[in-house]
Amino acid sequence: MIVQALAFYMFAFITVASGVLVISARNPVHSVLFLILAFFNSAGLFILLGAEFLAFILVVVYVGAVAVLFLFVVMMLDINFVELRQGFLQYLPIGALVGLILLVELLVVLGGWHLTPEITAQASAPAPADLTNTQALGELIYTHYLYLFQGAGVVLLVAMIGAIVLTHRKRPGVRKQRIADQLARRVEDTIEVKSVETGKGI
Amino acid sequence: MAEFWEFWDAYLWPTLWIIIKIVVIVMPVLLGVAYLTYAERKVIGAMHLRKGPNVVGPFGLLQPIADGLKLFLKETVIPTGANRGVFIIAPCLTFILALIGWAVIPFSEGYVLADINVGVLYLFAVSSLGVYGILMAGWASNSKYAFLGGLRSAAQMVSYEVSMGFVIITVLLCVGSLNLTDIVMAQKTVWFVIPLLPMAVIFFVSTVAETNRHPFDLPEAEAELVSGFNVEYSAMTFALFFLGEYANMILMASMTTILFLGGWLPPFDIAPFNWIPGGIWFALKVAFVLFLFLWIRATFPRYRYDQLMRLGWKVFLPISLAAVAVVAGVLVAFDLAPVQG
Repeated sequence: MIVQALAFYMFAFITVASGVLVISARNPVHSVLFLILAFFNSAGLFILLGAEFLAFILVVVYVGAVAVLFLFVVMMLDINFVELRQGFLQYLPIGALVGLILLVELLVVLGGWHLTPEITAQASAPAPADLTNTQALGELIYTHYLYLFQGAGVVLLVAMIGAIVLTHRKRPGVRKQRIADQLARRVEDTIEVKSVETGKGI
Repeated sequence: MAEFWEFWDAYLWPTLWIIIKIVVIVMPVLLGVAYLTYAERKVIGAMHLRKGPNVVGPFGLLQPIADGLKLFLKETVIPTGANRGVFIIAPCLTFILALIGWAVIPFSEGYVLADINVGVLYLFAVSSLGVYGILMAGWASNSKYAFLGGLRSAAQMVSYEVSMGFVIITVLLCVGSLNLTDIVMAQKTVWFVIPLLPMAVIFFVSTVAETNRHPFDLPEAEAELVSGFNVEYSAMTFALFFLGEYANMILMASMTTILFLGGWLPPFDIAPFNWIPGGIWFALKVAFVLFLFLWIRATFPRYRYDQLMRLGWKVFLPISLAAVAVVAGVLVAFDLAPVQG
């Protein structure tokens, strides 16, 4: 038990500390690296909860893909650090408001669990106890909430198409390689072997 | 005193036992890395009709030790413009990530450090984290060559991970479990390389791209980027990158072995084959996959970057995505699905 508690406090402390460092680090690349550390430690917390599938999906998707692209973009941006600091106070109230709302919502949910433990039994689709959590999650997503899951997928697809339409531009005069043409080329079309006599030339 | 023994039984001994197991796994891996570099130079030498290393020790067998010692004794230079912290962390991260993947690899039946339920996902997660070492090294070096190498590597590894994920899903569909031991046991009748041959090929090519090896070694293309992301690194920091890259190769070869070549299972479950212990079969198969890595390096020219991206996104991704649908469809249609739901 004590090992679990120690592990929890370690993960929780690092998550919170790196969360604070994300917004206080001067260098944006350091911020993203701390964000990755926060993701990673939240995955640790998921494992302590026994949700190992969610934990590894968090690492694969957020740390392995999303944060890589994020880091990629932040590294390439030419950011003026002084300018970035200037807007800080201006955006503080609205940021604080969003944070406060999230905190209150979390407190309502967790407080509800804590004050009336029987409420957890009324979950709309409780996880079956005899399955591994990968199976339980699969059953939940693909059996009980299939249409909502597909709907979420369609929303993401639309967002992706939107982003492509907004950023795609056709530039004239760009020479592109046509793979089909390349593959259709035969040796006879391109190379001619000639035996050249010494000193004669072609 | 009794309290101490209670504490010893409950905490100290299990911790110590795990540390012993870790050492037993890591030492052979590092030795394997050292001799993989030797094998690479010998194999490529033979393919070039040269001798390869043959001076240090008999047949040059002590060459990797000499190389390691040389790197160990040199001075670590940190460029003035570099971001010190990130610059030092990057090689350590690469090396650690290359080693922690081994925690879930089953070498033979029951010979595994952590037999977790989501072993495949763990390996996939560890391999997808590998990009950070390179990206951080490229950025922290504060050099344009290193930076370009890091960016190329990030784009490349993210692209090939996607198709690797889909290939893994096709295997999982045939197994019905994410546990690596279950995956090997599911290949008792036939190795997955036979029914899923196209997927095995895609997976192998993706692992070559994922480990930044030839012909996909654009992150360190020496002709254009000097040496890519590790150009500013010297001595031990460079050695850690080098060890990490080769340990990753062996890890990926083990992953290919487990997913497609039947792990520790003998090719036929009959007399002369099943006398040989499973660990030996596992090592032989890993060695075979590693030989393919070296063979490819000696044979093919380097890919152009746009061709690399095209192969990842326009060829492998659609094919592996379609394969997920086809495999799932076949399993359902012929009632072969391992987990009936």
